[in-house]
Amino acid sequence: MPVKPVLVFAYGNLSRGDDALGPLMLEAIERQLQRQAQPIELLGDFQLQIEHALDLEQRELVLFIDASMSGASPFGFTELSPAKDNSYTTHAMSPAAVLAVYQAIKKQQPPRCFLLTIRGETFGLGEGLSAAAEQNLAAADRFVYGLLADLSALAWSEFTQ
Amino acid sequence: MYEHLETAENRDQLKRVVVDPVSRVEGHGKVTLLLDEHNKVQQARLHIVEFRGFERFIQGRPYWELPVLVQRLCGICPVSHHLAAAKAIDQLVGVDPANLPVSADKLRRLLHFGQVLQSHALHFFHLSSPDLLFGFESDIGKRSIIAVLADYPDIGLQGVKLRKYGQEVIRMVSGKRVHGTGAIAGGMNKALDKAERDYLLADIDQMIAWGVASVALIQKVHCANLPYYDQFATLRTNYMGLTKPDGGLELYHGGLRAKNAEGGTILDHFDYCRYNDIIHEEVRSWTYMKFPYLLALGQENGWYRVGPLARVNNCDYIGTPLAEAARVEFKAHANEAMVHSTLAFHWARLIELLHCAESIKVLLHDPDIMGKDLVAQGEKRYEGIGVIEAPRGTLFHHYQIDENDIVTKANLIVSTTSNNMAMNESVRQVAAEYLSGRELTEPLLNNLEVAIRAYDPCLSCATHAVGKMPLQLELLDVEGRLIDKLVKHGDGLIERI
Repeated sequence: MPVKPVLVFAYGNLSRGDDALGPLMLEAIERQLQRQAQPIELLGDFQLQIEHALDLEQRELVLFIDASMSGASPFGFTELSPAKDNSYTTHAMSPAAVLAVYQAIKKQQPPRCFLLTIRGETFGLGEGLSAAAEQNLAAADRFVYGLLADLSALAWSEFTQ
Repeated sequence: MYEHLETAENRDQLKRVVVDPVSRVEGHGKVTLLLDEHNKVQQARLHIVEFRGFERFIQGRPYWELPVLVQRLCGICPVSHHLAAAKAIDQLVGVDPANLPVSADKLRRLLHFGQVLQSHALHFFHLSSPDLLFGFESDIGKRSIIAVLADYPDIGLQGVKLRKYGQEVIRMVSGKRVHGTGAIAGGMNKALDKAERDYLLADIDQMIAWGVASVALIQKVHCANLPYYDQFATLRTNYMGLTKPDGGLELYHGGLRAKNAEGGTILDHFDYCRYNDIIHEEVRSWTYMKFPYLLALGQENGWYRVGPLARVNNCDYIGTPLAEAARVEFKAHANEAMVHSTLAFHWARLIELLHCAESIKVLLHDPDIMGKDLVAQGEKRYEGIGVIEAPRGTLFHHYQIDENDIVTKANLIVSTTSNNMAMNESVRQVAAEYLSGRELTEPLLNNLEVAIRAYDPCLSCATHAVGKMPLQLELLDVEGRLIDKLVKHGDGLIERI
């Protein structure tokens, strides 16, 4: 099956409070895309890992989506560069480290990659989404709707903060 | 043993060093050391600082939600919880393991082999190979998969692709990368079709070849550093895990076997549904993680290790030829009945990885794997217990439900809990033998983390939001005043404050 040129990759745990922001954003995008055919593949996982570097192969543009405890509110949007893993505390990796793994494996620059972080407040097991996170998710949803209207790195880079 | 270092007598007169959090493990744990004025270690502890509340998360939910719900307990071993819960709720619908349809049983085993393969690959290549290839006290900049990919590109790439293959097995069997509904009460939700089977078959010989190479690599690393590898963090302990009825290595279903440090049998072919009769859990005030022990041996002597080292030690044979040959060499190297080296966890782990790859090939060639008879039914029961060998060791799920099918009681013993005492003992051994009396530096403290990482502990679940968990190393004087502090920020920058 041919690889779609644009990848949206959201990660998080639906049962860890605001950590669900990534997967919920992915569900919202899926609903948006049902209304129109798009060259976009949607993928999700609990957390980023080394093998996700292989998901970047043959892509032109990638959007990572994650919850953030300390990022901008209601959301932040930045372009990523490969960086050595600094996500040293768990088995998980940062998106920049995934890009660095891609670069090490493929011996080439990764595709243009951007990170959308949606601000969360609480991340306890079994907790629901906080009220603040719900508002932030709605704001991010509107932002992504505009983002996906123009699938070019040039357009996306103008939105970066 | 080093239990005398669990609690120092004159704690208020000692310096305190904290490694918080321990890196490259799942979840949040920390190590505290208390030192006297000569930097001699007087107390060493591995703490678990997050209370997980698994049971409260599960109670009050209908039982049929459990196989999906429990996957969210942990982002690194969701399939292990999925399958343990499925085995437990099989019993709730009156289906015993022997009555599970043959194809469902084999699909679950295929799913499990995929899970163990990808988990072991992740642990060895991503989390531990930097220590093993570059040295325990190497520059911190070297201790990452990126450095491995740069200096050992073939090894690094094998790790990435082995991990990817295991994830693909999970995706093909359960239908999704995450939150899949592969296993359901009494069987499986989805058959494997020919295209999916052939897709997995296409790469399996390569995976087996890489498995063989991985075992050769760890054997070479381990044996090149004897006797250091056989002594570092090493403990003479009891071991527990599942085995087949004839004593073979078993990861999905079997009876409990426990052996002592000399290889003598403590229990064998024990029905895991009666685990409460033989295992108790002790609580200590300074950590949220309990200390399980074998009741018959008591708290002091009854603690045990689980996981790859326990399984390969305990079994009489491995049912696939290449892994069995590797097991024979593994046991021969120690020249005694049981291998006690904590660093040998890595070796045993890769023997199991090879066994998983071989077993996946066998199952993919088995006609039953594409069978369509996938669900059995029986009479409702009110209690179910499921036990599997998760990558990190024996995992217990125990549920009770009411007449409305709502879970009223849940008890989980996760693998890492069983290794709690052993991890603490290993920390104390390393602290006493390698750190005591020396000026503490970050590379030196990495020795503690190397000992913990050998167990591949899963200390928590999958909260991983950006910006969380900086690492701090604090040095306090005898009056508790801060003398020195190193902080590693989320962007990797290390700052002395």
